Amino acid sequence: MTQSEFLKIVIPLKDKVYRLSKRLLTSREEAEDATQEVLVKLWNKKQDLKQYKSIEALTMTLTKNYCLDRLKSKQASNLQLVHSNYTSREAGLDKATEDRDRLRWVEKIINQLPEKQRMVIQLREIEELEFEEIAKIMEITPENARVILSRARKALREEIEKINNYGITKY
Amino acid sequence: MELQNIKALIEKYFDGTTSVQEEKQLKVYFSSDNVAPELEKYRNLFSYFSKEKQAKSTREIVIKPKTRFNFWIAASVVVAIGIGITFFQPKGQDDLGTFDDPEIALLETQKALRLVAENINKGKEQIGYLKEYENTKNTIFK
Repeated sequence: MTQSEFLKIVIPLKDKVYRLSKRLLTSREEAEDATQEVLVKLWNKKQDLKQYKSIEALTMTLTKNYCLDRLKSKQASNLQLVHSNYTSREAGLDKATEDRDRLRWVEKIINQLPEKQRMVIQLREIEELEFEEIAKIMEITPENARVILSRARKALREEIEKINNYGITKY
Repeated sequence: MELQNIKALIEKYFDGTTSVQEEKQLKVYFSSDNVAPELEKYRNLFSYFSKEKQAKSTREIVIKPKTRFNFWIAASVVVAIGIGITFFQPKGQDDLGTFDDPEIALLETQKALRLVAENINKGKEQIGYLKEYENTKNTIFK
């Protein structure tokens, strides 16, 4: 793969890599680092990329593996991941700030889910991939991906209902 | 879309049996302004998904071209040395001081050998001092 092909095929995946990393590592800084690492890894093996059926699936699998490794080494070294600190793009707008806080609550409950469920949520709800594609990336079966997803959705629904029933404000 | 349909879709959604297409319909519904009050609680979930899709990495990716730097440096050094040896080899001394006349050759040889012998003798005189050390050593270590 030449440099220009690499720029055309791999670089557009950068944001997807970043988003999956952010979902797993729950930190923007960490996710940016991971994105850099994954793309450099791909660049270094650009000679072999041609033989893969889906470079996108390969890229996402590499991202997944990298992030899980990071999490493992973080756990081993007893380091705490810093939660993402969002800055508003439309700072100063009250409406935007309010929305952000409500959505942050959603993020919080997603972050409490196990890694696999978070990954499926990311790939299905946000990247809108089919189960076959998710399965390829996560190296599991499509049926397994579906089961993990429905578990994750049920967990989210439970949290939503809990807060709704208790009448606790989510704002 | 009918509220009943949406509700059915939501149930399907939480069962994990909706298609990507149906999930997109739900996102569109929840991004509209007329979400039914009883479904309002699910709105944040879907707006969160839509918002997260927009998240972008803001850092520039720095990719250092992986060159065969060391290999080429090493190769060029070898080539340079090779050329150096081939072209700039010091000219060997062609005149080795040979003599045609055997008489003179003998004299010159004797002269050369004498020179060597003299120097060896000079060196031997110095060895006398070592003998002194030997003696001293022997008086100490018996």
